[in-house]
Amino acid sequence: MSTELVVLAILMFAVTYPSRALGLLTPGLDRLPRQAFDYLQLVGPAVLAALAAVNVMVVVDGAGTPAFHIGVEWLAVLTCVAAVAWRRNLLLGLLLAVAVVVVARGLGLAALPG
Amino acid sequence: MTAAQEMPGRDSPPSADPVVASRRRLITDALGIGASAAGFGFVYGLSARQAGFSPIEAMAMSTIVFAGAAQFAAVGYIVSGLAWPGVVLLTALLNARHLLYSAALAPWLRDVPFVRRAVMAHLLTDEAFALSIGHYRRIGRGDERGYWIGAIGSTFIPWNLATLAGVWLGGGIPEPGRFGIDIIFPAAMVGLAVGLITGRRELVAAIAGAGVGVVVALVSSPSIGIVVGGLVGPAVGLLVPAGVAHEMAPLGTTASADRFAVPGTHLDTGATAGVDAGAAAGVDAGPGAGSSAGTDADTGAGAGIRGRPGSRADVETGPVEPRS
Repeated sequence: MSTELVVLAILMFAVTYPSRALGLLTPGLDRLPRQAFDYLQLVGPAVLAALAAVNVMVVVDGAGTPAFHIGVEWLAVLTCVAAVAWRRNLLLGLLLAVAVVVVARGLGLAALPG
Repeated sequence: MTAAQEMPGRDSPPSADPVVASRRRLITDALGIGASAAGFGFVYGLSARQAGFSPIEAMAMSTIVFAGAAQFAAVGYIVSGLAWPGVVLLTALLNARHLLYSAALAPWLRDVPFVRRAVMAHLLTDEAFALSIGHYRRIGRGDERGYWIGAIGSTFIPWNLATLAGVWLGGGIPEPGRFGIDIIFPAAMVGLAVGLITGRRELVAAIAGAGVGVVVALVSSPSIGIVVGGLVGPAVGLLVPAGVAHEMAPLGTTASADRFAVPGTHLDTGATAGVDAGAAAGVDAGPGAGSSAGTDADTGAGAGIRGRPGSRADVETGPVEPRS
C-alpha cells in the first residue's frame, strides 16, 4: 500500500498550520487596529460565500480550464439560503438543498455532476 | 458568573442560562455541519480513492492536513500531474484565510492555555470558525468547550470517519451525485455565511466575495478565486458607511441585541450612544478589553448595549477600555 503521499500531506500541513496558529498563539494579534478588526469580522461571510459561489458556479473541465456553470445547484443553494434565513436552521437548509437536487436529477431535469 | 450568564437569553426563557442555550443551538447547528462534513468527507474519500490514493494516504490527508477544500484541490492537482511544490504553494494560498479566522478568534480564546490553543489551531476550519464565532457572539464571551464541540464534534470526527468510509465503501456507489452529496458542501458554506450576516456590511462583503471569487476563478483557477474573493469581499464591505452599518433597530428588540452584540459593529456616534445612555453602565466585556466585543466601546457609551437596555451586567473579564 502506497504511503508516498503521506509526505505531501505533511508538507501541506506545514504550510497550513502556521496560518491557523499564528493568530491564536501570537500575543497582541487580538489588539489589532479597529479597521483591521472590522475587516477580519467580514472575512467569514466573504470567504464562505466565495467558497459556495465558486463551487456552484465554476466547473473545471478535464483540461483544467474553468467555465461558468448554470444548473440546478443554484436553485438548491438559494433554497438553502432561504431556509436558513427564514428558520435559522442549517440542517433544514441542507436537507432542502439535497432534496431539490435529488428530485431534479431523479426526474431527469438536471444532469449529474462531472 | 459572567455578564453573558447573568443576562437572560434573547431567545430563551428568562431563567435559562444563555451559555447553555447557545451551546444547545451550537449542537443543533453542528448536526447540520456534521452532515455536511460527513457527506463531503465521503465524497473526498471516494475522489481520493478514484485518483489513486491509498487508504493510508487519503486518511493522512484528512487527519494531518484536515482542510477539505485544499484536500479536494490536492486530488485535482495530483490527477492533473502538478508537481508537489505547486501543490504545496496552492495549499498555502488556499488556506491563508485561516490566518484571518485565527486572528478573529484569538480575542475570545486568550485565556485558554497555550498548548490547548496550539491544538485548537489544527482543528480550525471554515466550519469550526463559523460555529464558534457565532456561539461567542451570542453569549458575549469565549467558550472553550463550545470550540471543541464545533471543531471536533461537527467536523473532525465526521470528516475522518466519512473519509474512511468513502475510501473503503465508496466504490460501491455508482453515482454519488444522484443522492445530492455534491451539493452539501456549497449549501453548508452559504448557510454558514447567512448565519454570519447580521448587517449590511456583512451582506455586502459576502456578495462581493462571491462575485469577485467567481470572476477571478473563471480567469485563473477556483483556488485563487476563493482566496481573492475572501480578501476583496471584506474590503468592499468596509466601504459601507458606518451609519448604514449600524442599522439601528429599536432597542430592546432581539434584532438590536443581536446587532449590537456583533464585534466590529461600532457605536461611535453620539446619536447611537445617546439612545441607550441608561445601558451604558452595563458593560459587556466580551472576550477582553480592546478586543472583539470591546470594539463596541469606542465612546464608552455604547459598550453597555450588549445586554438588555438598562440592565447592569456583571463583568468578569474586566471593563471594556476605549480603543486608542
